[in-house]
Amino acid sequence: MSEKKFSKKHEWVSLDGDVATVGITKHATEMLGDIVFVEVPDAGKAVEKEGQAAVVESTKAASDVYSPISGEITEGNKAIADDPGSVNTDPEGASWFFKLKIKDKGEYDSLMSKDEYDKFCKENPS
Amino acid sequence: MEIQKTALYNYHKNLGAKFVPFAGYEMPIQYKEGIVKEHISTRTHAGFFDVSHMGQFFLEGDETLIESLEKIIPADLKNLKINHSKYSFLLNNEGGIIDDLIITRTEKGFCIILNAACKENDIKQISQFLKDNHKHLLNNNLSLIALQGPKSVEILDKLIPGVANLKFMTGNNFDYEGEKLYVTRSGYTGEDGFEISISNNKVEKFIDYLISNKVKPVGLGARDTLRLEAGLCLYGHDLNEKINPVEANLKWAIAKKRREVGGFNGWETIKDLLAKGSEKIRVGIKPDGKVIARENTKIFSSENNEIGFVTSGTFGPSVNAPVAMGYVKSEFSEIGTSIQLEVRGKKYGGKISELPFYKKSYVK
Repeated sequence: MSEKKFSKKHEWVSLDGDVATVGITKHATEMLGDIVFVEVPDAGKAVEKEGQAAVVESTKAASDVYSPISGEITEGNKAIADDPGSVNTDPEGASWFFKLKIKDKGEYDSLMSKDEYDKFCKENPS
Repeated sequence: MEIQKTALYNYHKNLGAKFVPFAGYEMPIQYKEGIVKEHISTRTHAGFFDVSHMGQFFLEGDETLIESLEKIIPADLKNLKINHSKYSFLLNNEGGIIDDLIITRTEKGFCIILNAACKENDIKQISQFLKDNHKHLLNNNLSLIALQGPKSVEILDKLIPGVANLKFMTGNNFDYEGEKLYVTRSGYTGEDGFEISISNNKVEKFIDYLISNKVKPVGLGARDTLRLEAGLCLYGHDLNEKINPVEANLKWAIAKKRREVGGFNGWETIKDLLAKGSEKIRVGIKPDGKVIARENTKIFSSENNEIGFVTSGTFGPSVNAPVAMGYVKSEFSEIGTSIQLEVRGKKYGGKISELPFYKKSYVK
């Protein structure tokens, strides 16, 4: 598994061959608060880079989860749809959102490193 | 207009509050532990809420004050005993709700607790009916603290002996730190609890005491999930000037005597609706699955006809399921009726549900 890369919309991506795993960052969960609903995409769905791919809702509001990378969904994580609160406890581990077969590794390479993302969060507090 | 702050603003900051602008005030939406934990600790122990943004409006006057207020408030104020409170409304000429409120009879007149976003207009509306010898004051030197939850009575009675004797929707003056506090047994969470009117310069010390008794601070986020589980309306969402008390399923809050005799704004309309029922009515809604039907979600019948809309919706931490309130055509308002909720373009099943979603435990 490759190192994690990060998007400005607070998603993370790791790569295993041509299959990417996508989730939301710990920082994102801290901004959202208690997560109470998750909708993940079905296998076979095509997603575009920065296109809407999943939904996450906290007690406060609903937010879209975007795919930081284009491709075809191979699996949505049903476990988090059944237990949305688990996204708060392990957002960058077991509580990934979806996996997809990517088309262009260049999209992955262009995302931020961990250090760059941490810096981005500090400079863009919300 | 410059954004206002309550006397506890810095105190909240030190407790790690996240602030949002609300009704012209910078208010805590949540603290460090988050909405769900704040909600649960209110239900299991006790929580405190700074609701000092709400208007504490005091009126004094002779007998004619009652006549004046009864023109805009449909409660039976003549028979309201001193230190007793009622939930009521300010009504416009069409019977629409200008604001919902709690009115308490005091020794010299009345105290009305008004919603922060409405208070200035409320006072204008009330003033139309007041006479020259009626005195009124929106007291900004007072904070208002809600202490809610099963342990509230034990904790508050230790500090202010006697509050345990108050019954739900009654109040009294108590001594605290050399001054008088006004305490009512009431709230907005479905729990037993109190609302304490206290001068701004004593409020920090009072909160220190609550915190030393493990009372958690609770922000507007959990205030919303608590009140929704308790089936209580939020003005500006579930109620507004175009909705009347019959549609809002709040006809119980119009005094029986006054329904018959009238003499208040909008009575003609309301009398008519009381007799024949309204076209739409406020109901509780439970989505079948985990999907949250938030405000403005469209409601459809099982035959796919649009029948209404959601006015409040969230996840209820104590119910451990999504909960909502909204308005539907009255023929679809029976408990258990199957409905569909349109969320993000997809239709999800749901049912008309009894209110409250969470059973209250008031001390009567």
